[in-house]
Amino acid sequence: MFDFSVITGWVDRMLRSFLPEEATVLVEFVMIGVAILLGYAVIALVLIYTERRVCAFFQCRVGPNRVGPWGLTQSFADMIKMLTKELITINNVDRFLFNLAPFIVIIASVISFSCLPFAKGLELIDFNVGAFFVMAVSSMGIVGILLAGWSSNNKYSLIGAMRSGAQMISYELSIGMSILTIIVFTDTAQLSLIVANQADGWFIFKGHVPAFIAFMIYLIAGTAETNRGPFDLPEADSELTAGYHTEYSGMHFGFFYLAEYLNMFIVAGMATTLFLGGWMPLYIPGWDGFNRAMDFIPSLFWFLGKTGVLIFIMMWFKWTFPRLRIDQLLTLEWKYLLPINLVNMFVMVMVVVFEWHW
Amino acid sequence: MKTNYFYGLFAGLGSLLTGMKVTLREFFTRKTTECYPENRSALKMYERFRGTLELVHNERNEHRCVACGICEMNCPNGTIHVHADVVEDENGKKKKVLREYEYDLGSCIFCQLCVVNCPHQALRFSTEFEHAVFTREKLVRKLNREGSVLEEKKTEDKL
Repeated sequence: MFDFSVITGWVDRMLRSFLPEEATVLVEFVMIGVAILLGYAVIALVLIYTERRVCAFFQCRVGPNRVGPWGLTQSFADMIKMLTKELITINNVDRFLFNLAPFIVIIASVISFSCLPFAKGLELIDFNVGAFFVMAVSSMGIVGILLAGWSSNNKYSLIGAMRSGAQMISYELSIGMSILTIIVFTDTAQLSLIVANQADGWFIFKGHVPAFIAFMIYLIAGTAETNRGPFDLPEADSELTAGYHTEYSGMHFGFFYLAEYLNMFIVAGMATTLFLGGWMPLYIPGWDGFNRAMDFIPSLFWFLGKTGVLIFIMMWFKWTFPRLRIDQLLTLEWKYLLPINLVNMFVMVMVVVFEWHW
Repeated sequence: MKTNYFYGLFAGLGSLLTGMKVTLREFFTRKTTECYPENRSALKMYERFRGTLELVHNERNEHRCVACGICEMNCPNGTIHVHADVVEDENGKKKKVLREYEYDLGSCIFCQLCVVNCPHQALRFSTEFEHAVFTREKLVRKLNREGSVLEEKKTEDKL
C-alpha cells in the first residue's frame, strides 16, 4: 500500500539539503498551510455541489445541471459570486465581535479538519491525545456562533445562537461519550494509532454491540453537532430567517457556509477514523485474494469513500426528517442518548476488563 | 412507565426507518424535471395544458366558426374580435361569414370560457407555449387560415 510519507520525506530532505533548519521548518509550515486551505476549499465546494444534487434527487428534481458538465462548476461560480459581494456593515452591531465571529468558526473548523488522518502517512496533526484535541477544537466553533448571534443586535440571530449553544453543548456530551467508548476499547487516543489498531478489523465489527451502538449515537449526535437538519433549528429558515448568520453578507456569510459543510466532513471523517477503520482497506479474514485486491485501492480513496458514504447518510437524514422542536431536541439528548451512552460505555468497560472481545 | 420508554424508543426508530425507506425510493425514481431547451424536440406537454387559442381546421382547410360572436361576448378581457361579412345566398337568405378571427394573446387569461361556450366546438386550446416576441403587436393573431371556409354541415346532422 502506498505510503504518503515517501513524498513528504522526500520534500523534507530536498529542502534540508539547501536550506538551514529554521527556514526548512518555515517553508514546510507554509506549504502545509496552503495544502490544508486548498483541500478545505475544494472539499467544501464539492460538498456543496453534492448536497444540492442529493437534495434534488430526494425531492424528485434534477438539481444544478447548467454550469459546466452536469453542473459541476456551479459551486465554483457561486464562490466567485460570494467573493465579489459587498461586506455590508450594519448599524448598531458590536463591530469587533461581529467581524471576529466568522473567523472563529472557520478557524475551529480548519484546525479540526487538519487533525484527520487522511491516508497512510498523511496525518498532519497527530499526537497522543488527538481525539480529545479534535473535540476541544471543534467545540470552539460554538463560541463563534454565539458571538455571531450576540453581536448581530437582532432577536432572531440571538435566539438562533442560543438554541445553537444549548444544542451543541448537549450533543457534545454524546459525541464525547461515544468517542470515549472507542478509546476505552482501543487503549489510545492518538488518531494514527486508533487507525493502526483497526488493521485486522474495523472497530464496528471488532467492538461487538457496544461499538455499534456508539457508532449510531455518534452519527445522530454528529448530525446535531453540525447544525444540520433534522437538528437545524438554530437556523430554522421558516421561524428565524437564518438564525445566527442572518445579518452576515458576502464572504463572512461564506465562512459560516463553508464551515457548516466542512463540519459535516469532519464529523463523518472522525466517524470513519473511529469506527470504520480510517484509511484501512476492508479485510475479510481468510479471503486472501480479496484482501490483496483491496490493497490496490489507495488509502486516500478508502478514507474519502467511507467518509462519502457517511456524508450521504447524513444528507439522507436531513432530507427525510422534519425539524425537531427545541424541547424534543433536548429530550432526545438528555433522556435517550445520554443514558444509553452511559450504559453502553459501562458495557464496553466490562468487555475490556473481562476480555470478552478476543 | 418503563415499558412506555422503551416502546417509544423502538417505535420511534421504526418510524424513522420507514421515512428513510420512502425517501430512498424517491432518490432512485425517474426525475420529473424537464430539461427544457435540450429536450425541445421530444417534449410532450399534457393534453389539458392551455398554451394558445386555436381555431380548429380540418385537412380540407375548413373551420367550424359561424361567426356568431358568442366567444367574443363571453371573453372577460376583450381578447377576441370576430370580424364577419354579411352575404346573401342564392335563396336571398342573409348569412354571416367569418372574415377575420382576431385573438390578442397578450391579454388572454386562458380561462377557456370561449372554448366552453362555442356552440360548434370550433375552438380549442393547443399546447403550443413558445410565445416570446419582441413587440406587443405581434401577439395579436389572426386565427382563421388563409382561404379557409366554413365546413359544410353533413346531411345526417340536419336530421
